[in-house]
Amino acid sequence: MAEQATSLKNRSLRPQPSPSDRRSRMKAVANNLILHLHPTQIPRPALKLTYTWGLGGISTLWAFILILSGILLMFRYDASVERAYTSIQFLETQIPFGSLLRSLHHWSGNLLLITTFLHLMRVFYNGGFKKGRATNWLIGITLLLLVVTFNFTGYLLPWDQLAFWAVTVGTSLLNYIPIVGGVISGFLLGGTEVGQNALRNFYAIHVSLLPATLILLMAYHFWRIRKDGGISQPERAKGEKVEKLTTIPYLVQIEVTAAMLLITTLFLWAAQVPAPLEALANPAHPPNPAKAAWYFMGLQELLLHMHPLAAMLLPGIVLFAIAALPYWDTRSSDIGIYFRSKKGLTIAITGVVFSLILVPLLVLVDEWWIDLPLMLPFLSTLISNGLIPLLLSLGGLAIIYYFLRGIFSATHSEALVGLFTFVTFSLFILTLIGVFFRGPNMALVMPF
Amino acid sequence: MTQQTTQTDTSKMTRRNFLQLGAGALGLLALLEMGGASLAFLAPRKIEGEFGGVVKAGDVDSFPAGSVTEFPDGRFFLIRADDGGFLTVYRRCTHLGCSVSWEADKNQFVCPCHASQFDFYGSVENPPAPRALDTFAIEIEDGQVVVDTAKPQTRDEFEANQLVYT
Ligand code: HEM
Ligand code: FES
Repeated sequence: MAEQATSLKNRSLRPQPSPSDRRSRMKAVANNLILHLHPTQIPRPALKLTYTWGLGGISTLWAFILILSGILLMFRYDASVERAYTSIQFLETQIPFGSLLRSLHHWSGNLLLITTFLHLMRVFYNGGFKKGRATNWLIGITLLLLVVTFNFTGYLLPWDQLAFWAVTVGTSLLNYIPIVGGVISGFLLGGTEVGQNALRNFYAIHVSLLPATLILLMAYHFWRIRKDGGISQPERAKGEKVEKLTTIPYLVQIEVTAAMLLITTLFLWAAQVPAPLEALANPAHPPNPAKAAWYFMGLQELLLHMHPLAAMLLPGIVLFAIAALPYWDTRSSDIGIYFRSKKGLTIAITGVVFSLILVPLLVLVDEWWIDLPLMLPFLSTLISNGLIPLLLSLGGLAIIYYFLRGIFSATHSEALVGLFTFVTFSLFILTLIGVFFRGPNMALVMPF
Repeated sequence: MTQQTTQTDTSKMTRRNFLQLGAGALGLLALLEMGGASLAFLAPRKIEGEFGGVVKAGDVDSFPAGSVTEFPDGRFFLIRADDGGFLTVYRRCTHLGCSVSWEADKNQFVCPCHASQFDFYGSVENPPAPRALDTFAIEIEDGQVVVDTAKPQTRDEFEANQLVYT
């Protein structure tokens, strides 16, 4: 009798009251559906906070909160042009906890984007994509793209001015992709304009297609980490022994504490700062300035300087290069070492300094002195304002790479650290310019 | 026995090979069918009564020469040139689709999204817009201006033959 009772208990989803000896702790992890995502024991250095910064785990937490709050929101939202905006207003003002729930969903969506991106940066900087981790790096890139698509489809739903115009501009961009562009945007919008068809399509994508894909891919991501032999670690000298700790309590305790702290902070923040809602969408009059959501502002800034095709190709090429990284940087001896080496850190800082100087300078020069289509009126704007700036940008990146290799006599792997840093910080600076320094008619203004 | 079947030379089609090939081909066919059916299911369709019909703009004489009149439901501006010719421009900015507005004091169409400017006839005065505002076909019937908004017509810039006279 007593035996049967304990074996039933062991199969339950609930973590057992801390098992006391090493063997039963490991067994408790292996026998539990959720804990089983973890290995039963972990090398001590892999638990150091400053190695992963817990960013993957934090992203998982936001994804979880997004799904829960999203399910609740679905019960009160109407995906119709006539009712969407009023249903959100009703949620904000009449429904108990409606405003809080929407705020939670909004902020965790933004946070997920930030932590996913930071997670990508940490995996890049300590070489977590090396030694057979190419597949997981690619799954990760797909996850990041999914998160961006989540945000893009999500912000049409309130049907306010930001929603309407951001999606109008975003889908018009597609039209510049030769041949397939028009077909894709037609499919997404269900027509030529943002209207009822577009709202319904975006809703279906946001609440069913994307969550299903996200959950599957996250499961795949976690499974791959274990298949790849756990979190990346620096190569150890032969014979060097690394202490192993059991997952219970060492990892689970950290996870539970971090989750509680983060959830508390998120709730406090969400209760103070409600999700924004602009005026009802007005297809006749975009707001001035008509800005995209903050995380697209870097891309929008590029649009002010280049032909739309070039403004899409440039980030596209960069993204492709980042995706191809495990095949581009194949040196495995520096896995698990931040910035590859001491020199790598210096090179990364150089990359930051370069972007701090070059990006604002180029923006100002293009804004005030250079107007390529006017200077080269005999060329089509596709070339003068597209191909030429695109080639100049790519050429600039190549020059930076060779400069870093020459000046620092850096390895290929270290120079890529500089290049990656330059690109990510440039994106960061372009975003800041777009958010704070663009005023009415997208003219450059001081933010104060 | 299994040894033998796997080792038969490839030029001979065994029953097992044949069945495997057949099952594979049928599976592929089923996938294509489902893919095709899903695409057909999802293809964009028009909602009746949506934008894209024929709009009666009004009496020819109600539009003074040198004027621009906005038709919000028809998504266009009706322009009457100084010499009396008519032209309609689609309000959708040719850059990335924002709606332009007519600023009479500047004699310009202005797009707030990325600051494109267009002159009285819709030609680009300031990029990033790559081409002039699109136009719609106009007919004058019994002294009425009738605009067909079914298909926007693209053009690089304004030319005199785009004007329609009574
Ligand atoms: C929804 C988004 C994502 C979630 C929830 C997620 C989750 C996780 C988790 C929990 C880990 C374990 C280590 C840690 O906590 O840092 C991890 C590791 C990893 N992730 Fe992600 N991730 C996401 C997106 C990405 C992205 C954008 C990339 C890069 C392109 C990426 C690439 C990797 C790789 C290569 C590892 C193994 C790292 C190592 O061995 O050091 N993931 N991920
Ligand atoms: S959409 Fe009009 S200028 Fe970009």
